[in-house]
Amino acid sequence: MSTYADAFAAGPNAAWLPELRKSAFDRFTALGFPTTRNEDWHFTSVTKIAERVFKPVKAGKNTLSTHDVEQLAGGESDWHRLVFVNGKFEKSLSNFAELPAEVTVATLQETLKESPEFVAERLGKLASFDAHPFTALNTAFAQDGVVIHVPRGVVVDAPLQIVHICDEKAAGASVHPRLLVVAEALSQFTIVENYVAVGTPSYFVNAVAEVEVGNGAIVNHYKVQRESTEAFHVGTVQVTQGKDSVYHSFSFATGAALSRTNVYTRMLGEGAEAKLNGLYLMDGTQHADHQTFVEHIAPNCASRELYKGILDGTSHGVFNGKVYVDPQAQKTDGKQTNHALLLSEGSRVDTKPQLEIFADDVKCTHGATVGKLDQVGLFYMKSRGINAESARALLTYAFAAEVLETIELDALRVQLEAHVFEHFVRQSQE
Amino acid sequence: MLKIENLHANVGDKEILKGISLTVNAGEVHAIMGPNGSGKSTLAQVIAGHPGYEVTSGSVIYEGADLLALQPEERAQHGIFLAFQYPVEIPGVTNAYFLRSAYNEIRKARGEEEVDPMDFLDLMEQKIKLVEMDEAMLHRSVNAGFSGGEKKRNEILQMAVLAPKLAILDETDSGLDIDALRIVAHGVNQLKRPDNATIVVTHYQRLLNYIVPDFVHVLAAGRIVKSGGKELALELEAKGYDWITEAA
Ligand SMILES: Nc1ncnc2c1ncn2[C@@H]1O[C@H](COP(=O)(O)OP(=O)(O)OP(=O)(O)O)[C@@H](O)[C@H]1O
Ligand SMILES: [Mg+2]
Repeated sequence: MSTYADAFAAGPNAAWLPELRKSAFDRFTALGFPTTRNEDWHFTSVTKIAERVFKPVKAGKNTLSTHDVEQLAGGESDWHRLVFVNGKFEKSLSNFAELPAEVTVATLQETLKESPEFVAERLGKLASFDAHPFTALNTAFAQDGVVIHVPRGVVVDAPLQIVHICDEKAAGASVHPRLLVVAEALSQFTIVENYVAVGTPSYFVNAVAEVEVGNGAIVNHYKVQRESTEAFHVGTVQVTQGKDSVYHSFSFATGAALSRTNVYTRMLGEGAEAKLNGLYLMDGTQHADHQTFVEHIAPNCASRELYKGILDGTSHGVFNGKVYVDPQAQKTDGKQTNHALLLSEGSRVDTKPQLEIFADDVKCTHGATVGKLDQVGLFYMKSRGINAESARALLTYAFAAEVLETIELDALRVQLEAHVFEHFVRQSQE
Repeated sequence: MLKIENLHANVGDKEILKGISLTVNAGEVHAIMGPNGSGKSTLAQVIAGHPGYEVTSGSVIYEGADLLALQPEERAQHGIFLAFQYPVEIPGVTNAYFLRSAYNEIRKARGEEEVDPMDFLDLMEQKIKLVEMDEAMLHRSVNAGFSGGEKKRNEILQMAVLAPKLAILDETDSGLDIDALRIVAHGVNQLKRPDNATIVVTHYQRLLNYIVPDFVHVLAAGRIVKSGGKELALELEAKGYDWITEAA
């Protein structure tokens, strides 16, 4: 822990928001890394993160090209793109000049210079670090990130893509990206976050996003986590939703040795809708933990959650879906579904739904299954001449397809479908 | 084409097939009838290679080779097709993709070129007319949410596309309305060739008005207790099974 104190004292950003960073660091020092005695971390040990000292990345010259970025992260030519390599913003790889003039998109560093009060008023206001050591750590150590501000009624058609790339220069280091999104009333846009790596360095990404979705606004937020399989990834998204707003989150995870993905939304305005979906594919000794927390504070809100996991090798998946329904939140309509498919004897999944309901006129359901491939379906396919391996691959792909279908951004859906298809189907036909 | 001799099969410790012998030659249609639970589907599934049934003795020779030594997919690749009594739903895999995979894997196994998606679509559009199915069904998940009758037609569509040498239809007529029955029977008749054979499992003589069998067999308690010509089906319809099963 003392090494973090040294790093904090020497931090390159010691000048900005000193009180916030100081209190975040103090809070982190008091909390320490969570242990499995903490019920939010019961199935996930972060010892491997805690026992190592991840230093800030040393500045280095970027060697990646735009072509590399496209290969790593995908995307279409009309997407607005911001690229960070080893935590550092790379202007030459980024292109977001075509955004509507009313929309402000800038790096956190730049926004702190241009309009420090905008950041000061908002940063850390949604993502509380009181009970979240990783959020405290991010708040203390964040070096850069992205600020998105879409004013009232503005609709941005092409998605905004934020790509975080780590390469060998990040080995042994940590990156704490920060994202601040303000979607004013009736605005609409889509964010795609990619976390990717060149090679298989071992590093630690600890990301925090704060997303304010105004009345009647629609925000689609996709996260594609394909970190190095030797890396560690913790990501927290804290959302607040106004009246009649829609927040749609999709979390795709295939990377990292150990990952924890938190998606939290607080539904403050009546008639809001949250759709939180995800798919993770794990193999080898990988570990992926997903936690969602839906707070129904206002009445007449709807939440839909569908998470699916496919596990092979001795990998381990965790899904913890928390729902809180406030006494005022009558007519809440909540549905949470979690399915896991185990492809091997050694893989494992732990599921924990947690419903705390304090209103009486609500509809809240949850369902979870953990199973193997359907033997009857396998036999049916084989009886039509389909080889055993292909049949298994096809059924596995089909399992994933149901949740990939919820991705409304066509180009991304096609990309991820192809990725999953390659992963399971092509490899079986070789 | 198919020669079954003294076939015994178990589920767990329970013996279900208790010595079945049956010979099917190319060009023939055989009907298998018999009371519920007598083992008709079990026989069909054992021929298709269902792993849940254990063959304890007897043999099945198909085209001169030991059928029981083959994996289910190899049997299909060698021309065996079972229309399931209860067709299986496969959510997430479209009918078109499923059929194309099956078609191409069978071709590959026979050393033939795979067909590309466009050519295959042409083939399917032609075959789908045979069973009078809506083309939209091709783009839906295999059997998922299909009505009982639609599932049965889908089985016949698969059969039409895969063009098997030996087709086994397990109660494909159950749950069909009169029109569908005619369509399914027509589909089967269209596919009939001198070098292939069909085994029809049914409870109803009315199907046999459309698909005329050369032989009718009665299966009861795991054995074939009577065989005859197509008139046997009419006799069964009139008298039920008691007179045979009691005599046996
Ligand atoms: N998996 C199984 N486990 C236990 N018993 C089984 C299993 N499969 C079949 N059986 C039993 O084997 C017997 C024969 O079943 P089968 O399905 O072959 O009958 P069937 O002649 O096709 O009947 P139906 O006319 O009702 O379709 C029945 O008593 C059935 O309960
Ligand atoms: Mg049956």
